[in-house]
Amino acid sequence: MLLIHCPYCEEARPEIEFRHAGEAHIARPADIASLTDEEFSRFFFYRDNPKGITFERWRHLHGCARFFNAARDTVTDKFLVTYPAGEAKPDLVEAANENAKGAT
Amino acid sequence: MTASTATQPNRVDGAGRLTPANPVRFSFDGDTYHGLAGDTLASALLANDIHLVGRSFKYHRPRGILTAGPEEPNALVGIARGAARRQPNVRATVQEIHDGLDATSQNRWPSLTADVGEVNDWMSPVFAAGFYYKTFMWPKKAWDTVYEPIIRRAAGLGVAPDQPDPDRYAARYAHCDVLVCGGGAAGLSAALAAAESGASVIVCDERAAPGGALAFETDARIDGQDGHRWATETAAKLAAMDNVRVLPRTTAFGYYAQNFVALAERLTDHLDEPAPSMARERLWQVRAKRVVIATGAIERHMVFANNDRPGIMLASAARHYLNHYGVLIGRTVGVYTANDSAYAAAFDLKRAGADIAVIADIRDTVDPALLEEAGRLGIRVLTHHAVVAAGGKLRVSSIVVRPCRGGSRQVIPVDALIMSAGWTPSVHLFSQSRGKLRFDEDGRRFLPGEYAQDCASAGACNGAANLAATVEEGLAAGEAAAKAARPKATAKPLSIKAESGGSWDGLMLGAGPNPEAGKVVKAFVDFQNDVTEKDIRLAVREGFHSIEHVKRFTTNGMATDQGKLSNMHGLAIAAEALDRPIPEVGLTTFRAPYTPVTFGTIVGHGRGALFDPTRRTPMHESHERAGAVFEDVGQWKRPWYYPRAGEDMAAAVNRECVTVRKSVGMFDASTLGKIEVVGPDAAAFLHLIYTNPFMKLGVGRLRYGIMCREDGFIYDDGVVGRIAEDRFHVTTTTGGAPRVLNHMEDYLQTEFPEMKVWLTSTSEQWAVIALQGPKAAEVLAPFVGGLDLSKEALPFMSVAEGTFAGVPMRLFRMSFAGEDGFEINVPGDYGRAAWDALHDKVAEAGGCAYGTETMHVLRAEKGYIIVGQDTDGTVTPHDAGLSWAVGKAKDDFVGIRGLKRPDLAGGGRRQLVGLRSKDGSTVLDEGAQIVADPNQPPPMDMIGWVSSSYWSDNCGGPIAMALVEGGFDRMGETLYVPMPDGVVEVEVRDTNFWNPDAESDNG
Ligand SMILES: [Zn+2]
Repeated sequence: MLLIHCPYCEEARPEIEFRHAGEAHIARPADIASLTDEEFSRFFFYRDNPKGITFERWRHLHGCARFFNAARDTVTDKFLVTYPAGEAKPDLVEAANENAKGAT
Repeated sequence: MTASTATQPNRVDGAGRLTPANPVRFSFDGDTYHGLAGDTLASALLANDIHLVGRSFKYHRPRGILTAGPEEPNALVGIARGAARRQPNVRATVQEIHDGLDATSQNRWPSLTADVGEVNDWMSPVFAAGFYYKTFMWPKKAWDTVYEPIIRRAAGLGVAPDQPDPDRYAARYAHCDVLVCGGGAAGLSAALAAAESGASVIVCDERAAPGGALAFETDARIDGQDGHRWATETAAKLAAMDNVRVLPRTTAFGYYAQNFVALAERLTDHLDEPAPSMARERLWQVRAKRVVIATGAIERHMVFANNDRPGIMLASAARHYLNHYGVLIGRTVGVYTANDSAYAAAFDLKRAGADIAVIADIRDTVDPALLEEAGRLGIRVLTHHAVVAAGGKLRVSSIVVRPCRGGSRQVIPVDALIMSAGWTPSVHLFSQSRGKLRFDEDGRRFLPGEYAQDCASAGACNGAANLAATVEEGLAAGEAAAKAARPKATAKPLSIKAESGGSWDGLMLGAGPNPEAGKVVKAFVDFQNDVTEKDIRLAVREGFHSIEHVKRFTTNGMATDQGKLSNMHGLAIAAEALDRPIPEVGLTTFRAPYTPVTFGTIVGHGRGALFDPTRRTPMHESHERAGAVFEDVGQWKRPWYYPRAGEDMAAAVNRECVTVRKSVGMFDASTLGKIEVVGPDAAAFLHLIYTNPFMKLGVGRLRYGIMCREDGFIYDDGVVGRIAEDRFHVTTTTGGAPRVLNHMEDYLQTEFPEMKVWLTSTSEQWAVIALQGPKAAEVLAPFVGGLDLSKEALPFMSVAEGTFAGVPMRLFRMSFAGEDGFEINVPGDYGRAAWDALHDKVAEAGGCAYGTETMHVLRAEKGYIIVGQDTDGTVTPHDAGLSWAVGKAKDDFVGIRGLKRPDLAGGGRRQLVGLRSKDGSTVLDEGAQIVADPNQPPPMDMIGWVSSSYWSDNCGGPIAMALVEGGFDRMGETLYVPMPDGVVEVEVRDTNFWNPDAESDNG
């Protein structure tokens, strides 16, 4: 079971409190009705499946109930950083340094 | 000799650590035997000179006791404690005996010594590796009637119990600074070092007593004491510390992400009469800041012909039985080794009175000190010699020894043979932690390489060369772990002096030298799955070149012992056959559990009533009293129908259906999901979430709404009431409430975060009674305060707030049955009182309560869909005949673009239609397929399926709904529904079966 740091509760909590919600940073286009088939398929069907760092959404369902984003390494299952929904993709080098600082 | 040892011929006076004054009686295959308190079943059987304890999995070969620990592949028995407590496949080397222990050998018939399945052994040429894959391919039919029953009977292990498990199983979560897996010399040292620095420590060991190999390494001295005594005292000292928890009989069986380790603690299996209040086993789920893996090493067997005969065992096991249990496994013992440590076993056995017939050592040169000691004890050592075969059947009676390069055979009579091919570090937990193993070329073994988690390995599992190194590594790992977990703590480093005469030098991987190669022999690599050296070579010849494939083809390492003894041998044989280095052939992945774990331990409290929560509505007791039959709907218990005396289900449902349409019926609709949507942007939000327009819904009005996913398929439906300008009462399907709320929250939080809307689940806050039928208003009126129930004041599809018998109420005028009707929402706590009061009036008016089955029939009579029954995640609102609910003027809603996809907007879609059985009597099977041409030879073109089907008394016959290709254009067509009893002819029609011609303002 993973330990996940909720950026709103500012606390690491067990995975059973959370629910995975798919890939992050895929914004619903404001003009969705006018998308071409190709554009819509890119938006709705295509997803990355990286071996390595993935950006994904989680919801702290049995906690604050809020959605947030996370960068996780799919090889080690280690979270590099979690951050509120709506924020830009973080600088992972900086995040790694922050993590290292937090550990000592 | 005491009375208790008198019946134990192999118990040696003065040897071992058990107390002769503590006898224990147990039974094996119906005969009573004596052992001593502290014995395992294996040591007690050996004390009674019983080596033959079971038959093997595939060939039914007689098998004995191979090891003295949890790695045992052979000695699996059934243990019973009364009729319900029968556990198969218990390792005799782990099970401790207690008074009354009832053990039975497995996999034999009619008896252990005369087994009919042994024919498999003579037939073995046909049972070679891959036999199952190749033989049972054709004909298909034979699988059910011939192959499976025979295979199941002939190949298999113990018999599963046929009664519910009467035991309780506990579960606990724990956090600690340092978790130490293993309580041998390394683990205890690590735990001590960590504990002394103040860290919170959990140390677990799979055995009953701590010490690991110190139990048999009697030449070990630690901190100036006998090694085993040091272990016992250290464990006691740790247990007495406030910051330490010592868990004996506890196996760390799974290592998961972020130092989450699962432990199985066995609490009662070793007790005579456990208190009924005791849990049998406990699952620990430990989150540790640091983990020290101190899991030791496992000795390997030698691979030679008939190496599975009872009486042949690992050298360390024989030493364990002697030095800890005081049991001498034989009188005339042969030794076959590639390793120094077998010499120590031979010397111990010799000193205890056994005759060592020979030590056959495949090595050319052996440590002169060992040879000197052997000479002093009068033991003949044959270097560069191999045991090429064992004689005897139910017990080894002789061994054949030859020089490794070939030469004259010597047949040497023995009654036991001990063997050692070297030691395999137990890297299972390290590997489970996703650490990368590295191959140590010198030691020809896999050792921990790159770590993936915050853990460290120490001792034999890390390749430590001797006891001194083991203790040193343990101390260092414990100290480092504590420091990492608690950076500010200070402690002075511990130093413990340890030494042992034992050396672990020497090893052999793969098959032993076999100058008689070519004969039909069985040299076992994997005892539990009956995999021989030849099987592995055969796999390579058949083209399997990856160890993962070889493993699956031969089943090597796939038994419950997971190849603890066999993996390295199998790998080496495959590598040799492939002529490739071992690391290139690879090692199979280690997976949890390390040793078998009972389902009870994993399930814990979560079974029976606690398996899944049961949700009951506030009116549940009233339904029970009314004799309702309940239906499980998700976690809910819902009244299905209310049978009266003499009624079966059909009669009850027919009566309920007719009653609702003739007078009035009431239905508990409390399980509907409810969400309160509040805020200045509430209407705009719902406008985006539903396909329907919501901006212009008036206060006090209701609207049936459909919710799609972005792909355009129906996700849920329900009725939405506008309570105020900024407040909506949303209902969802019974099962849909959590996912609909999640869906809404997702859009609100992440796509439309600028909207000022709040969502609150109110499913449990409202109890809901649906009151339906022509007399509904008349029955309801006396209870209602503050509201005019006339159709002018409260028209169909409107909502108003008032009181019900003085209790606040939200009253919906609506129907899911096509009648005049209401859904009465009262606060949950008043649900039952409201139900009971209303029920009296309903009964007076000639009405009745009805259940979910009647609700289903009534809505089907009107053609109303149930999401999840008439839709399957690939049905659009248009397919369901609900185009009217999709706002054409809307420029956005969830699903607007998905609905325009060419395959959704094009023709040939499956569309929801009604079906009428032409014979007027057959109720179609729900899920049945529909075809246009019943005479088409298979495979037939299936053009749809039946989604809802009922008998309807109101309509005077069967009714059905179905999704049919191009269904809307098929009105009046005849189609066919193949059913088990024949093909049913049906006519396609619209879905409004009830009163279709009447002018209705209720639909
Ligand atoms: Zn949170």
